[in-house]
Amino acid sequence: MRLAAPAKSSPARTEQIILFRISGQLFALSSASVQEVRGVDSLWGAATEISAPGLRKVSHVVRRGDQSLFIVNGALHFGLPPSPGTLVFVLRKTGTALLVDGIEKMTTMTRLQALPQSFCHEERNWYRGLTALDQTVVPVVHPEGFLSPEEAALLEEVLASMESDHEVATEGADSAG
Amino acid sequence: MTVSAELELLSFVLLRLGDRRFAVAAGQIAELVAPTRVFRFPHRTPKIEGVIQRRGRIIPVCDVAEELIGKSLQSRRFYLLALRRYRAGTEWVAIPVTGECELINAEMTGAGESDAPHVAGWLSHDGDVIEVLNLDALTPGPEERLGEAAAHRAMGEQP
Repeated sequence: MRLAAPAKSSPARTEQIILFRISGQLFALSSASVQEVRGVDSLWGAATEISAPGLRKVSHVVRRGDQSLFIVNGALHFGLPPSPGTLVFVLRKTGTALLVDGIEKMTTMTRLQALPQSFCHEERNWYRGLTALDQTVVPVVHPEGFLSPEEAALLEEVLASMESDHEVATEGADSAG
Repeated sequence: MTVSAELELLSFVLLRLGDRRFAVAAGQIAELVAPTRVFRFPHRTPKIEGVIQRRGRIIPVCDVAEELIGKSLQSRRFYLLALRRYRAGTEWVAIPVTGECELINAEMTGAGESDAPHVAGWLSHDGDVIEVLNLDALTPGPEERLGEAAAHRAMGEQP
């Protein structure tokens, strides 16, 4: 038996992607899923520290009107060695932002191969699939895979509790004054 | 040899892991490829080393040596591309092996109740008794995850 080449498909559908690095590891993300790219310095001023049990990967949240934007440390999320992170990708319609080390380049991918079924743990939520680019294989991340619904609910709960504590403290200070 | 005995002969590929030999049904094997670059990226599945590229496909590399011989391979020369069955279809997996592989015809004795799940059976060749591997049980897949979840539930834990 000989491994057959994959069947030729009709005209390839291209997709614009951003190649970025976290702790030296290369990842890809659809550029359509990135609402904005911010420098860490420009975002940290508006961010509040948050600490949820068992969720070390989220240490800051930014309030934007009624919406909260949880900043996910990419290195901690993927289990990579810690890195400080210099850029934040605000991910469209997910309520999350991703802390990364830097952008490698923007490019297009013509083929996304589903993650092989041998990969059967959390990575199935992390990645949409794999793509071959410039003699390398790059995992294409799932923008909605950085926080599970349970993790998002936990963070919202912690945030609500923080805001409630803050209101009590403010009222206390007002009545004392 | 009688006609009926001839009919029972099956084809197997013999592979070597360290000093030991194992067999896989020849119908499950695509080819043996020379050492090639393994691309690694973060994941949580044990036994998966990364992926290789072969003829436009991206194929996971499953290192089964630890489970079969109790240690990782020190020298690795080839990747055996084998077919792995899943509930939803089949996919190729690359098994790192130490040396050349050999195609043989032999009779297989089915696995016993006390054999590990990765043993499909046994065959005798060149004075050795050789394990025939069940790759579906040896390499990771969604059913392993389901099994883990069931075990966690039985112990009253969160998976």
